[in-house]
Amino acid sequence: MGTAKRQETSVEPTAAMSVNRRRVGLVASIRRLGWLLNSNIYYAGQVFWFFMGIMKRTPQIIGRFGLVWRQIYFVGTLSMIIIVVSAVFIGLVLGLQFYTILERYGQAQVVGAAAAITLYRELGPVLAALLFIGCACTAMTAAIGQKRATSQIQAMAVMAVDPIEREIAPRFWAGVISLPLLTAILMAIAIFGTYLIAVVHIGLDEGFFWSNMLRFASFNNDVLSGMFKSVVFGVATSLTAVFQGYHATPTAEGVAHATTKTVIIGSLLVLGLDFVLTAFLF
Amino acid sequence: MDKELAVSVKNLRFAYAKRNNQVLHGLDLEVRKGQIVALLGGSGSGKSTILSLITGQNDVQDNGSQVKVLGYDMLNISRRRLYQMRRQIGMMFQVSSLFTGMSIFDNVAFPLREHSKLNEEQIKDLVMLKLHAVGLRNSWRRFPSELSGGQRRRIELARAVALDPDLMLYDEPFTGLDPISLTVSRDLIRDLNFGLGITSIIITHDVPETFAIADYVYVLWQGKIVSQGTPAELMESDQPLTRQFIKGETDGPLPFHMPGSSYADDLRLHEHAGTQA
Repeated sequence: MGTAKRQETSVEPTAAMSVNRRRVGLVASIRRLGWLLNSNIYYAGQVFWFFMGIMKRTPQIIGRFGLVWRQIYFVGTLSMIIIVVSAVFIGLVLGLQFYTILERYGQAQVVGAAAAITLYRELGPVLAALLFIGCACTAMTAAIGQKRATSQIQAMAVMAVDPIEREIAPRFWAGVISLPLLTAILMAIAIFGTYLIAVVHIGLDEGFFWSNMLRFASFNNDVLSGMFKSVVFGVATSLTAVFQGYHATPTAEGVAHATTKTVIIGSLLVLGLDFVLTAFLF
Repeated sequence: MDKELAVSVKNLRFAYAKRNNQVLHGLDLEVRKGQIVALLGGSGSGKSTILSLITGQNDVQDNGSQVKVLGYDMLNISRRRLYQMRRQIGMMFQVSSLFTGMSIFDNVAFPLREHSKLNEEQIKDLVMLKLHAVGLRNSWRRFPSELSGGQRRRIELARAVALDPDLMLYDEPFTGLDPISLTVSRDLIRDLNFGLGITSIIITHDVPETFAIADYVYVLWQGKIVSQGTPAELMESDQPLTRQFIKGETDGPLPFHMPGSSYADDLRLHEHAGTQA
């Protein structure tokens, strides 16, 4: 009796059951994929409308440029020190590495040119953008998120002051204007760092260093392309920062989470866009 | 809409989309111009939601609800008209919403700088007048972080009335105030109302202070108006819910505990009883 009961309860998995289970798993996976796709399209749409909202208010911002100036000042002072110090070290490292490699082939005199092209095309815009995200964008997200958490954004709207026009658009434009300027500063100081290593420390000829740089690095192809990249990065990183701040859950944890998302999304966007832009520009 | 009405709410029903729970269940209320009207009710009764619908922070849902504020129909109101309407209202928030990056002076000057064409001299005079009214004129250089909670509430009041609005909305204006500040704020709300001829809506739990200045009171419970009348009428009310709320009695139809599972279940008393047996 006992054996018969055990036989009834312990059903061996048949082939049909296993196919059925696989089918259920497949449906669940497709559902999850669909949900993921749907939520990402919704998110992209939200970002797009938010961006359009900023664009729509840009004429008013031009009329109140003082608000943008104020934000440029904050963004600039936040990022300047780290940009300058990092640029010196980047330049020094580039000088050393290029010298070590090029010297093997007897081409040490083009160290300056190689460093300049690398900086103009890739390292300058990308590193400046990554440092900018770490300093300025996180501060933007935290400031806006904190204003939401303490009802300051809400109070502004009830006072008939448009928060996008007063708080968001000036920060966005300050980021877009500041990043190319910071990139230019980073490039210039890094080249000076390379000069210090290659000419002052190693003793390469100063004339060759500068003349080769002028000969091989093109203003239009290299410098302007790099600056174009930094404008695109400025739009992407600043939009990420203000969007995350404005849509942060209005709690301390919400602001912290939004700040982390700004760093992750911003950095991935910069690296992804860099690849796309490099493929199209060079 | 009756021209004598500053706010008219008819059959107001509202549910938050995310939470999908009905917060307001067919409310009707009227606020006459020049009156001080109080909305009394316990936590979660829907008072702040009404305020958010009056100010357009939440959209009025197209379910037969009607909200008219200063002649503006809040159903499907355009952004331009909403901002026009908001220029005529002042609001004091439940939690401090002062701009932390600005001094006290700049906070009170903010709406004046945004919406008026006054020069800095005129703005300074007006800001000093408002700060004097709340007793904090000598704090104008300070920042919100340097003030106590009660002082911040008073600054918020000064900022809310900076533009001499037609309609003032107060969300828990007496919370966190010391006895002197409380009396001053209460008198200030009354004086502003009668002095400037504005209309005020006060959302509060504070019965004695509200009854001292309100012309008319609505008592809310779970998104419904359970009684209404002048403070004197409500003091005489036999309605058990109103009487319990106004007198602050612990026993009555208003539960202290949020409805849900029983305390015995949460403590698993039945299981313990079974184990012991």
